[in-house]
Amino acid sequence: MGTAEITNNGERLIVALSGEIDHHSLKTLRGVIDVQLENYTPRLLVLDFREVGFMDSSGIGLILGRRRIAESYGGKVVVKNVSGYVEKLIKLAGLGAMISKQQEVCRK
Amino acid sequence: MIINNFMRLIIPSRSQNEAFARAAVTAFAAGLDPTVEEINDIKAATSEAVTNSIVHAYADRIGNIEILARILEPDIFYIRIKDKGCGIADIKQAMTPLFTTCAEGERAGLGFAVMESFMDKLRVTSKPGKGTSVTMTKRIKSRYEQN
Repeated sequence: MGTAEITNNGERLIVALSGEIDHHSLKTLRGVIDVQLENYTPRLLVLDFREVGFMDSSGIGLILGRRRIAESYGGKVVVKNVSGYVEKLIKLAGLGAMISKQQEVCRK
Repeated sequence: MIINNFMRLIIPSRSQNEAFARAAVTAFAAGLDPTVEEINDIKAATSEAVTNSIVHAYADRIGNIEILARILEPDIFYIRIKDKGCGIADIKQAMTPLFTTCAEGERAGLGFAVMESFMDKLRVTSKPGKGTSVTMTKRIKSRYEQN
């Protein structure tokens, strides 16, 4: 089961994902994130994968779908704290440029 | 090759079974003593194939998905994921990275690309109206080789 913990400061929306991201958990995750994304239209959406134990290409769908929404109002999406395995998937999808190497502590 | 061990699992195409299917398959594959990376590869490839059956093969109904996993001595992991769903008319097109039939745009179109790159061999056979069978193998490198 994948979960998302959200920190929102208006300008920046940080989503700390955890658990397993697959086609099943995607439905819930998408709903939780999109409510915030559409209501606050943050300049930057940070998807934090630190606590993600597993994901398949549904996780790529999650990133692409949120990027589509953010770009529709001029926002940007970055992903961070990806494990070697998640990074392999993201690079396979050609989204390596979305990985933020910046170290920041913005979590609750 | 000698089939040393196998397991067969039949599940209905409900999305909550995705996590169960990959957990069962990886627990079985643990018999080959794989590394964490190899386990993740098998887990992801299984998840992709099972999700394809749920999302595409049985798009508008619940049907059975049959998973057959084998350990082929000494070091090959074999898995076949089979459904009796709608089938794929154009397998080549379906396997093209980023190609997806999902209109709402939440599927990345990378299922087969993940299976292809994370496993050693991938074979897809399908008949429209009859179903699809996805067979994959992966050689699990021995601990001696890795060290």
